[in-house]
Amino acid sequence: MVQAPAPSAAATPARSLGRDLAGFALIALAGLAGYWLFPDNLAFLTRVISVALLVLSLDLIVGYCGIASLGQAALYGAGAYAAGIACLNGVTEPFLLILIGAAAGAVTGLLMGTVMLRAHGLPQLVLSIAIVQLLHEAANKLAWLTGGSDGLAGMVPAPLFGLFEFDLWGRAAYLFGLGLLLVVFVALKLIVRSPFGMVCRGLKEDPLRISALGISAFPVLLRMFVISGAVAGAGGALGAIATQVVGLDSLSFELSANALVMLVLGGLGNLYGALIGTVVFMAVEHIVAAINPFHWMTLVGALLIAIVLFAPRGLSGTLDEAARILTRGQRRAGP
Amino acid sequence: MQTALSIALDAFAYGMALFIICIGLSLTMGLMRLVNLAHGAFAMIGGYIASYAVRNLGLGYGFGIVLAVVGTVLIAVPLERLLFRRIYDRSELSQVLMTIGITFCVIGITNYFFGPTLKTIPLPTELAQPIDLGFRSIAGHRLFVIASGLVVAGGLWFLIERTGFGIHLRAAVENAPMSRALGVRTELIYAASFALAIGLAAFGGVVGAEFLPIEPYYALRYMVTFLVVVSVGGAGSIPGALVACLLLGAIDVTGRYLMPDFGNFFFYLAVILVVCAFPRGLMGRAQ
Amino acid sequence: MSTVFAVDHLSKSFGGLKVNHDLSIAMTEGERLALIGPNGAGKTTFVNLVTGRIPPSAGTVHLMGEDITRLGAVARVRRGLVRTFQVTRLFPDMTPEEHVVMAILQRQGHATRILARFHGNGAAMDEAADILATLGLTDVARRKVVEIAYGQQRLLEIAIAMAQRPKVLLLDEPAAGVPSSDTPLIERALERLPASLAVLMIEHDMDLVFRFARRVVVLAAGELIFQGLPADVARDEKVREAYLGSYAHAGR
Repeated sequence: MVQAPAPSAAATPARSLGRDLAGFALIALAGLAGYWLFPDNLAFLTRVISVALLVLSLDLIVGYCGIASLGQAALYGAGAYAAGIACLNGVTEPFLLILIGAAAGAVTGLLMGTVMLRAHGLPQLVLSIAIVQLLHEAANKLAWLTGGSDGLAGMVPAPLFGLFEFDLWGRAAYLFGLGLLLVVFVALKLIVRSPFGMVCRGLKEDPLRISALGISAFPVLLRMFVISGAVAGAGGALGAIATQVVGLDSLSFELSANALVMLVLGGLGNLYGALIGTVVFMAVEHIVAAINPFHWMTLVGALLIAIVLFAPRGLSGTLDEAARILTRGQRRAGP
Repeated sequence: MQTALSIALDAFAYGMALFIICIGLSLTMGLMRLVNLAHGAFAMIGGYIASYAVRNLGLGYGFGIVLAVVGTVLIAVPLERLLFRRIYDRSELSQVLMTIGITFCVIGITNYFFGPTLKTIPLPTELAQPIDLGFRSIAGHRLFVIASGLVVAGGLWFLIERTGFGIHLRAAVENAPMSRALGVRTELIYAASFALAIGLAAFGGVVGAEFLPIEPYYALRYMVTFLVVVSVGGAGSIPGALVACLLLGAIDVTGRYLMPDFGNFFFYLAVILVVCAFPRGLMGRAQ
Repeated sequence: MSTVFAVDHLSKSFGGLKVNHDLSIAMTEGERLALIGPNGAGKTTFVNLVTGRIPPSAGTVHLMGEDITRLGAVARVRRGLVRTFQVTRLFPDMTPEEHVVMAILQRQGHATRILARFHGNGAAMDEAADILATLGLTDVARRKVVEIAYGQQRLLEIAIAMAQRPKVLLLDEPAAGVPSSDTPLIERALERLPASLAVLMIEHDMDLVFRFARRVVVLAAGELIFQGLPADVARDEKVREAYLGSYAHAGR
């Protein structure tokens, strides 16, 4: 590989690298700000991070590959149950539990991708729903393994690095989750920038052009399902470690649909949107749903309608647009 | 033997109730290319209106049905003009999102006005009693649902294949600009088909209430079922929807009867197998 | 010269309708062949048969001596049978540079690597810059495709094909939709294609055909009615019948 690319070739990557570093710093700062500002709500904030991983994983499938899925919680739930079952059976090391969750999610992603990629369009969407519902029913039925409708409870993960207990205050869990989110986010940014990620974007735009380049779609998309599964599974495992319970709701159509709403609210296909959407959605839900769950539904419904009609690119797209309009004057003035 | 027969009759009636609700959705998706996840919400509105008319106003069951269909269509028409019309040519994802949004709103608003309880629609005595068919007796309501389903299937087939409206509808779907040039008022045709689909949903919601009880979460609870049935049958195909409803209805009822612990496990297993084997649905139109 | 590409007795029927009937065409290294024919002659079906998007009802397709009749579209591209599209198929949000780099990486077998850099791959970037410079696309190399002119998008289609280093190149109406003032750009790009490459061009613009092709085949109503030199096409009785006949029908 050429070590020193020509100055012209360096311009774009350098600028995007700077933007990425700023982005990572912003996420870390926002996360730490949450830690200082809401010390009594860390359990909730940890749940937000756990769900954010699910929504990030969904962005890989929907935003980068253009495959609509209403069954993403199948991957999240697989990770949550795998970590929960492992923890109850004596594997208590938190890092290992995350890996177990990610592995379970990846395997489920492999299966889900194999099935879903057989169809296109609406039947594909229906397959995603059928898969999550099937796993939901299976988890409900296999009560000896999953606790059935009561779920799993009583997991006690070992202290983080052998030092920090996962206590009632949830400080260790939150910082652990924040670290995990940052690592995953950086990894995903690299993946979507890789040749593989570019091909995925191409497949979303025009599969025929990709095949004319001599690239087979199926193995590429299947790999993205596996990666997506690992991310969602890690999110599920984090949820299991932090809350120390795993319920059937982690493997449900409702969670899948909510994840899609969060993603669309934040904006597809840039990873930041997934985080913004999750935080905004869950924060508002936390406040409004506590008052009246039906008001919450009406509000989400109205919000969805408004997004489709007025802001199809989601919050992050709208922010992008605003930023572009604001900086237009400067860029024209510059060279 | 007796058990098998009563399961079969139950499954048949349940399949027909599903068919009445789903056929409208199948037509909107297959002909108008609109993924309307709010379809179940309209069936639910129909159920609420009928329940209110029969229980609170003391009107007859038949009158309740008519009121439900008319009332639901009256609610749906302005929604079509304001919201649905803007997403006819948008992506599937946009359609899914907006119609989920509408569903959420309907659930929230319904609960605000009617509360979170289950709404019954009392049957008239003729339908509540068993009817003797000679070899065995069957609940009158079941027979009514089966007959309604057959009438709907036949009527729709006639409307689409044999009438001027059907020709205009199919022309508008094939090539909207050309049809407009030929003087077909496509917007009107779309609005009319939409109203028809919604009317059928409302009708199905009322007569199917014995199988799918009317409550605020109805629209969300059965959204998946309806979507699945339509996609298994192949959107836009009347015989496809009929076969899918009867097949999946049979699997669902039999599964619940024989292995109640498994819930919907076999239903969704069947869905995955059918969609994998027939990715365009049992009788889907080639794209 | 050795035959690099051949279709033998290739036929396709949809129901009872014979869309392509018993077509046999062979191409040698460095060949410049144009396939022409009136609308409805079956050219699109022919392209689909050759590229492997639909299976033939009968007949075979050979590339470099290998029978590729049963291979899918992707496998054919990997063996060196590359096509461009009649209506450009590009990724609107990507730059010309990114399109070409993707094609280069695929040729090298790296296109779907996860643990690699796309924009930081200096060798691929340099090669892409060379190809884009050859076609005069350097100025727009880093603009989004939606922002560049249609003529430049057509040139990009050719640039992508060049990056794939094909053995046989199928140009599906390379000048379609390009304003006539820009066709010289396309023509110049076609002249720069490697001399050893076998090129099959499907085109309506007869000026372009006559300047580019050294051999012409004419397809009408699904059958080959002429194979020979460009100079002889206009004089052929069957060709006149096919073209003028279709006007006579259209005028009725």
